Amino acid sequence: MHSFGYRANALLTFAVTILAFMCAICHSLITSILNINWFQKQPHGNDEVSLTLNITADLQSLFTWNTKQVFAFVAPEYKTSKNSLNQVSLWDAIIPEKEHAKFWIQISNKYRFIDQGHNLRGKDFNLTLHWHVMPKTGKMFADKIVMSGYRLPDAYR
Amino acid sequence: MGWIGETVDSIKSIKIRQLLTQAITLGMIVTSALIIWKTLMCVTGTESPVVVVLSESMEPGFQRGDVLFLHMTKEPIRAGEIVVFNVDGRDIPIVHRAIKVHERQNTGHVDVLTKGDNNDVDDIGLYADGQFWLHRQHIMGRAIGFLPYVGWMTIIMSEKPIVKYILIGALGLLVITSKD
Repeated sequence: MHSFGYRANALLTFAVTILAFMCAICHSLITSILNINWFQKQPHGNDEVSLTLNITADLQSLFTWNTKQVFAFVAPEYKTSKNSLNQVSLWDAIIPEKEHAKFWIQISNKYRFIDQGHNLRGKDFNLTLHWHVMPKTGKMFADKIVMSGYRLPDAYR
Repeated sequence: MGWIGETVDSIKSIKIRQLLTQAITLGMIVTSALIIWKTLMCVTGTESPVVVVLSESMEPGFQRGDVLFLHMTKEPIRAGEIVVFNVDGRDIPIVHRAIKVHERQNTGHVDVLTKGDNNDVDDIGLYADGQFWLHRQHIMGRAIGFLPYVGWMTIIMSEKPIVKYILIGALGLLVITSKD
């Protein structure tokens, strides 16, 4: 009961348990700002939109000692008569370090914004910026910020 | 010669007892492992509560050899969630992120398109011929947490089965020869 082996084993188990607990309780606050402007539209069977996105974000406070990377993406969310929810990711990025977490970028959508149908004319939508935090070990968590009030043009261009 | 007979009998009975005890101990260990596994399946709501990452398509977030913990609820899949899915005709599950979600009114049926973070294109090429979306039945669970490196044992054991046999053999030997 008092041998070196038993003591080393007990100490190691205790240390690993504490470490696991520390990894689990880690969390952080978030601040970010986002600003979007948009552009054209081409139909071909299903409605498709091409946009230019202007994204400003500051996700630095998400990074802790247990953060491996933050995955951020921008997706419009909208409703149609057929679908109660449509989420279409337009742009995403992997942020590997705190230094890269504060950025401004202006680009066309990385992924095509295609509807299931012809519902996009004059469509109101919310633009959401999501972030997924992947830890070095433990539970992943995610959150988002929703900006409403966007609207697609009433006619094709 | 009577005492030889007696000695042989007593030796025989000890051996049988010991053997039975050890067989039961082994059985208990195996059964406990099975109980834990099945309970995990119940709690997490998925058939495989734990998977090992095999490819590099989700790097640098998930590396080969990482162990993922899965959970499945009735909540519909949403964009950004990392899902583990099976494609008809393929037996290895794939772990990628949902990038497009279309949920039907009333029925709650969802069409999901996935893509590996480290891939340039979405997963349409991985789905079955003529399939453009994943549905609820293809998805086994959402990844909610992970442990790095721990899965390497599984990868080694599946790529070199001899290691598996050596390990089981060694474990069995240890149980049989232990004096406790």
